[in-house]
Amino acid sequence: MSRSTQVARLDLAGIIVGIRRMAPLCLFVVVFGLAFGVAALSRGLSGLEAMLMSALVFAGASQFAALELWGPEIPLLPLIATTFAINARHLLMGAAIQPWLAHLPPAQRYASVVVMSDSNWAMAAADYQKGKTNVGMLVGGGIALWVTWLFGTLLGVLFGSGIEEPQRFGLDVIMGCFLLAMLVGGRRDLSILLPWAAAALAALAAMTWLPDHAHVIVGAVAGGLVGVLLPARKGEKP
Amino acid sequence: MTLPATLAGAIAAIVIMALVTYLTRAGGVFIMSRVPIGPRVERFINAMAGSVLVAVITPMAVYGDWGARMALVATLLVMLALQKPLPAITAGIVTAALWRML
Repeated sequence: MSRSTQVARLDLAGIIVGIRRMAPLCLFVVVFGLAFGVAALSRGLSGLEAMLMSALVFAGASQFAALELWGPEIPLLPLIATTFAINARHLLMGAAIQPWLAHLPPAQRYASVVVMSDSNWAMAAADYQKGKTNVGMLVGGGIALWVTWLFGTLLGVLFGSGIEEPQRFGLDVIMGCFLLAMLVGGRRDLSILLPWAAAALAALAAMTWLPDHAHVIVGAVAGGLVGVLLPARKGEKP
Repeated sequence: MTLPATLAGAIAAIVIMALVTYLTRAGGVFIMSRVPIGPRVERFINAMAGSVLVAVITPMAVYGDWGARMALVATLLVMLALQKPLPAITAGIVTAALWRML
């Protein structure tokens, strides 16, 4: 049975497993939430506004970027453009796991992605590659991250003298190391290195010539196109 | 146009950000649900999934300080050796912290 015909499902047991598997990374997310809470207060947001942003937006990079735009007046179009540009990679992330989610009822499908972010998506994509059928990693992992992000922001708001320089302790590299671990833990086929090399080169070029944050979309599309151009492997059923 | 940074203005800005972010999350799923998934589309998706992660990591490898680069190397080596994410990530963080401390 090929992967694309596996029937995905979502249940409470799967969600709980997802929460448990994501728990270690959540310890680090608290620190970033804390840093965001501190930064938000210093930009003039109230504690309530900082918490609301973490709860509703749940996208760290674009939340930090929004703080750069925050002042007595909030410019709306730059805010929308920045938020979209930074989060545009979610379009591709969602597309990549859509064959997996396709078997869920639409309400579950579109509710599941409410809590999609880099970390739980990377683990969910690995699950999909391995032929797992429970979407709990995406949802449970997302819930765990969301709660932790909110809790961290709360700590930052309450104890404003928290960690303001996470990079001093190596915390800024957490996300990169995590995503690399997910990447290496995935498929072991060496032919995948070609699309990845194309993605890295395209991302590099995009960082040089295109607006900020365009590199992820450009790199992902370049890698995908190289994947299409490669001849199908023997034994790979269409 | 701008919004005043009053409570109402701030909340409006936050809600707008939330809507834009959700549109990116749901948009990819929605678009793909209307594209027939043949062998080419499936190969594109499979290659693209890893490529997203590669593209996100590239700035750290290229523009990060040597602490960040050594962190990635440490993560890669431990992951290849042990195949366990938590030790690999911990090795990366500790490497970055030590590199910057010394």
